[in-house]
Amino acid sequence: MTQLILYNVFNGLIIGAFYALMALGLSLILNLSGVINFAHGGFLAVGGYLAYMLVPYMGFWGALAVAPILTAIIGVVIERLLIRRLYGRDPLYSLLFTFGLAFVLEDGTRFIWGPQTLPFSVPDWLSSPLSGQFFFLTGYRVFMVLLVTGAVIALFVILNRTRVGMRIRAGTLDLETVSALGVNVRVLRNLNFGLGIYLAGLAGVLAAGMLGLQPTIGSDLIMPSFVAIIIGGLGSLPGTLLGGLLIGLASGLTTVFFPSATEAVIYVLMGLVLAVRPRGLLGEEGRF
Amino acid sequence: MFRLDKRAGSVIVWALLLTMPLWLNAVGGYTQLGSRVVILALAAMALNFLLGFSGLSFGHAAYFGLGAYGAGLTIKYLVPNTLVGMGVGVAAGVAAAAVLGLIIARLRGIYFAMTTIAFGQVFYFIAYRWNDVTGGDDGLSGWNRLPIDLGVGTVDILHGDKAFYYLVLFCFAVAVAIMAALLRSPFGRTLIAIRENESRARFLGIPVDRHIWTSWVISCIFVSLAGTLYALLNNFADPHDLRWDQSGDFVIMAVLGGMRSFWGPLVGAAIFVVLQDYVSSQTQNWMSFIGVFFMLVVLFFQRGLLGMFRRKSAP
Repeated sequence: MTQLILYNVFNGLIIGAFYALMALGLSLILNLSGVINFAHGGFLAVGGYLAYMLVPYMGFWGALAVAPILTAIIGVVIERLLIRRLYGRDPLYSLLFTFGLAFVLEDGTRFIWGPQTLPFSVPDWLSSPLSGQFFFLTGYRVFMVLLVTGAVIALFVILNRTRVGMRIRAGTLDLETVSALGVNVRVLRNLNFGLGIYLAGLAGVLAAGMLGLQPTIGSDLIMPSFVAIIIGGLGSLPGTLLGGLLIGLASGLTTVFFPSATEAVIYVLMGLVLAVRPRGLLGEEGRF
Repeated sequence: MFRLDKRAGSVIVWALLLTMPLWLNAVGGYTQLGSRVVILALAAMALNFLLGFSGLSFGHAAYFGLGAYGAGLTIKYLVPNTLVGMGVGVAAGVAAAAVLGLIIARLRGIYFAMTTIAFGQVFYFIAYRWNDVTGGDDGLSGWNRLPIDLGVGTVDILHGDKAFYYLVLFCFAVAVAIMAALLRSPFGRTLIAIRENESRARFLGIPVDRHIWTSWVISCIFVSLAGTLYALLNNFADPHDLRWDQSGDFVIMAVLGGMRSFWGPLVGAAIFVVLQDYVSSQTQNWMSFIGVFFMLVVLFFQRGLLGMFRRKSAP
């Protein structure tokens, strides 16, 4: 029993880290541009499939490095051509637009790569268990946790230590003033969107290694990311991280005791958090 | 050019709706399609009712689906009576909306939209996972709507498509009349005040959250009603009725027709349903098609069809 609980706790934390990775990207875009990017899951799928295409040429590691960047470039282009037009309008429109975009991306991947699940192999030494007693600790899972941790640390370093990162954070608080101080807000938003999509692409490659590739892989993961953001509080990136880990843990634990409620439990958790704290765990009052 | 005064427009709309079964076949439709348009228009109008005041709900499919499942489950397992099924369906949707509304009504803007989406998913997963009762992914089948006994005679809505259409239209008319009356009532005026300037409304002593909660529940009453009718139309309840894609469909219908106009969602629903019916019979890639359609509407049609006419006719 202990092992079962440990297994599910660990599993939940992995999934949580994963949700957090995706939700952080969503949160970045939401905070600076006010766009709820419904197509985030679509970009995740694109990242996974691009990696699948790249593996024969450059191996797993090459694909892991390159696919998210390509995804981010696609994101930057789409932002520049289309999503930019929706800034400053009612969030309804960007929500609807990315909703349509999500459909197009999902159907596009289905059209190109087919509806069946494609296997995505990771290097052998990564997929073997680390110890006999804790059979569930495969190298790949540990690797995922490490990579997500690394990515999150890198993200926070970028946001806190680099000029672009500080501008992004400043823009989140008061875009007008940032613009008045001579920062090109259009470029800033463009870069920020790319950064968010990069995280989605990275999550896509990792998800592909764990679950295999399916066109619906993204749309199944988008809702938990929303919940992670809401629980953590809109506008707070540490909150989003915390929210992701919490819902992962909650669904992991629920799997032990009441497996059929695994998906529903995160929404119950969201309801409880909102009932006590309407702005989320770490959200600031008065924003959004 | 298109200078119709409001009353003339309404008369034309009602005349078209009342005579729909007579001319629909002639223009290539069928009565069931007409029923679907009116049902989805009811849902979109209920959404639009809310949209004008408290914000965008992207989760109305949840209450639509609860209505559908409430009606289906009642007729299948409990009481084989169409009207009882409808009553239970609406009650289920409204109960859920009333409870979740306590949380949702405190939120605004983006937060409101995201939370409505996320809460909607709970019911999807319940319907999806609770196989024994709801039929899981396959949906709830094995039941059908039953003739309605009015005491003086029965209306056979099961075999008569037209009879069912008029039942739908009757519900639609009642709902629309109530919504229109509410918009003109002091309650409706207060909601408009809240929309225009929430903090001022608050200073005037209006209990803002309670008003938004009430408008949320009213909107959900009509959406669940639409859901029960939709299940009766298909003799089937589908878990996808509960999912966020369905909510998106309602929103696009409202936007397409023109959000700030009363009849807009009806026009939007008609266009959407006919297009969907046509496209899904022509191509497998309907998802791309719908997706591109959403994007185009947002980029080029933000005011909606009726909104465009109004702008042209404005002096």
